[in-house]
Amino acid sequence: MVAIPVGELRVQSRSLPGEAWLTDLLSSLPVLAGSAWLASQQQRARQALAGESLPSRRQEAWRFTDASAITAIPAHRLERLAAPADLPAPAAQVLRLVLDGRGDPLEGLALPEGLERLDPAVVEALCGEALDANGATAAWPVQLNGALADQVLALRVSQPLPTVLELVSDTGDAAGVLGLRLLLVLDPGASLEVLEVHRARGASLTSVVLEAQLGRGARLRHGLLAQGQPHQPAAAADELPSSAGAAPVLLHHLAVVQDPGSELQLTAAVSGWGLARLEPMVVQRSGSAFTRLRGLQRVDGRQVVDTHSRVLFAGPEGRLDQVHKALADGAGRSVFNGAVIVPRQAQRTDAAQLSRSLLLSDRARIDTKPELEIVADDVKCAHGATVSRLQQDELFYLQSRGIAADQAARLLLRGFCEEVLAELPAPSALWQPLALLMGEEPAP
Amino acid sequence: MIRPDAPVLLEICDLRASVEEQPILKGVNLTIRAGEIHAVMGRNGSGKSTLSKVLAGHPAYRVTAGSVHYRGEDLLALLPEQRARIGLFLGFQYPVEIPGVSNLEFLRVATNARRQEQGLEELDTFAFEDLVRERLKVVQMDPAFLERSVNEGFSGGEKKRNEILQMALLDPLVAILDETDSGLDIDALRIVAGGVNQLASAANATLLITHYQRLLDVITPDYVHVMAAGQILRTGGKELALELEESGYDWVDAELERLEASAPEGLAAAQASRTPAEVG
Repeated sequence: MVAIPVGELRVQSRSLPGEAWLTDLLSSLPVLAGSAWLASQQQRARQALAGESLPSRRQEAWRFTDASAITAIPAHRLERLAAPADLPAPAAQVLRLVLDGRGDPLEGLALPEGLERLDPAVVEALCGEALDANGATAAWPVQLNGALADQVLALRVSQPLPTVLELVSDTGDAAGVLGLRLLLVLDPGASLEVLEVHRARGASLTSVVLEAQLGRGARLRHGLLAQGQPHQPAAAADELPSSAGAAPVLLHHLAVVQDPGSELQLTAAVSGWGLARLEPMVVQRSGSAFTRLRGLQRVDGRQVVDTHSRVLFAGPEGRLDQVHKALADGAGRSVFNGAVIVPRQAQRTDAAQLSRSLLLSDRARIDTKPELEIVADDVKCAHGATVSRLQQDELFYLQSRGIAADQAARLLLRGFCEEVLAELPAPSALWQPLALLMGEEPAP
Repeated sequence: MIRPDAPVLLEICDLRASVEEQPILKGVNLTIRAGEIHAVMGRNGSGKSTLSKVLAGHPAYRVTAGSVHYRGEDLLALLPEQRARIGLFLGFQYPVEIPGVSNLEFLRVATNARRQEQGLEELDTFAFEDLVRERLKVVQMDPAFLERSVNEGFSGGEKKRNEILQMALLDPLVAILDETDSGLDIDALRIVAGGVNQLASAANATLLITHYQRLLDVITPDYVHVMAAGQILRTGGKELALELEESGYDWVDAELERLEASAPEGLAAAQASRTPAEVG
């Protein structure tokens, strides 16, 4: 044992990699000119983070998730992103906005009737409201986003929109940190389909905070396709030490407030990130709304994907239908925490949550936890969680029809994924979600 | 149709098998020739479903002794998928639901695996759709079931029709139908059994596993075998099934007692196999 002088110990503890990383990042960020309001928001977030470190596994919300992969990302903001090269051509009836955190994604675009830029005064009033309502304002990824984002893409939808809104970011091989902040406001009776796509290959961190407000009777169908692609093939990734070749990181908060009669469908498919943390959160402000959540995440190599969802019924007669699926291969780690909160005023709530996980390797790990807080007494709240391997009886059934074991396993895995992917908005097909999720080469 | 000179398709000799170290099959002997329809009857737990699963190669069952030859080839040495490709078919008592896997795609992959073995060209999506639509008629099945996930949300009758549809597509030489009549109302039974009759030919053979005479009212067996305690106790013609319908299985107990007198170990094992629920 080597004795270490006390002074040196103190120095070491002060320069924890996480703390150093955050300090480096914050000191690299320029002060925003232009919007005084946004500059003050930024300042507040940066002050909140100053002296902080990364989320630690000592915090309950990060108990199963090691955030240290973040420190492998160069601690500076991505200031100039090259235009993504290999995006599929947008389908008909798709309005694609490419987000790089710098340029104005709406520049030069004719917006369809019923879709408009939100008035800046309204943005100032509404920005942060959905995060507050979901108790997420002080969350570390939200603060980080606040410190980074120089703009808020804020859109108002005033009627049913036939166009699918595609929100795309692609950091490509770039290394650094990207912050995207979005706000969607759906007027009463309006409806919108959104396909949000985030892609990355290099040592980048993509931080997204999206808030949405659904007025009475409004409908939002939101798909999130988060396709990370590590530089090295996934099969080899777990042979390497975790420090070799930083894999992309995604931190994604989606905070929604629903008014009565509104319908929200969120479908997320996530794979290929070194670390991805997703926090979809919904408040049914006065109950009486419908929320449908679908999630699919896959880990391989040494990847970590963590979904923490939270649904709060702040009034009676709300409904929730939630299915979350996970595939864990290699030495990957998948975490799901599904909070459903039903306070006293939320009588006659009808909520169902199911978590289904497939463990495909002895070295992979799955942590799944329903977290139901139910105070109201006249409610239906069902929940279930299964973790299993591929079902032997399903495999045997396929084999007994002449299908080889490996092909049968592939069919079953695809089926497992398709159930969720089928719920993404239709234009998602062009992004070949299944091929990427399964780690196959996408078709040209 | 019994033709003594017809080629032997399946030859089972002294087959013994266990599940979780529990012996279930205790020396089954059965020879099936082309053109024949065999029925295996017996109580729950007699081992008749186990026989079907062992023949198809279910991994939960372990063969401890005996042999099975399929057209002279050692069947037990083959993987389940290889058995299917060379023409052995098992119609499941409880067809498995596979959410997310399209029935049409499943049927196409399975059909092409068999066709490849037969030296036929693989069918593309369009050619296969023509074929499947034609074969749907065998079981009067609604094409809408092709678009759904495999067996998901199908009624009992729809699942069994889907099994016979698979049989019609895979064109097996030996079809083992495990309790194909269970859970069917009389109309569905007629349709499913009608499908089996249409598919039976001088070149192939069918092994029906059933509890009840009612299936055999529609499909006439050439041989009826009564299984008990993991063995075939008695073999007869179609009249044996009628006799069973009338007198029940009580005589089986007497027969087993006789076995005990001649070989006490045999009965001890036989009784042990009757206690656990639902082994067959």
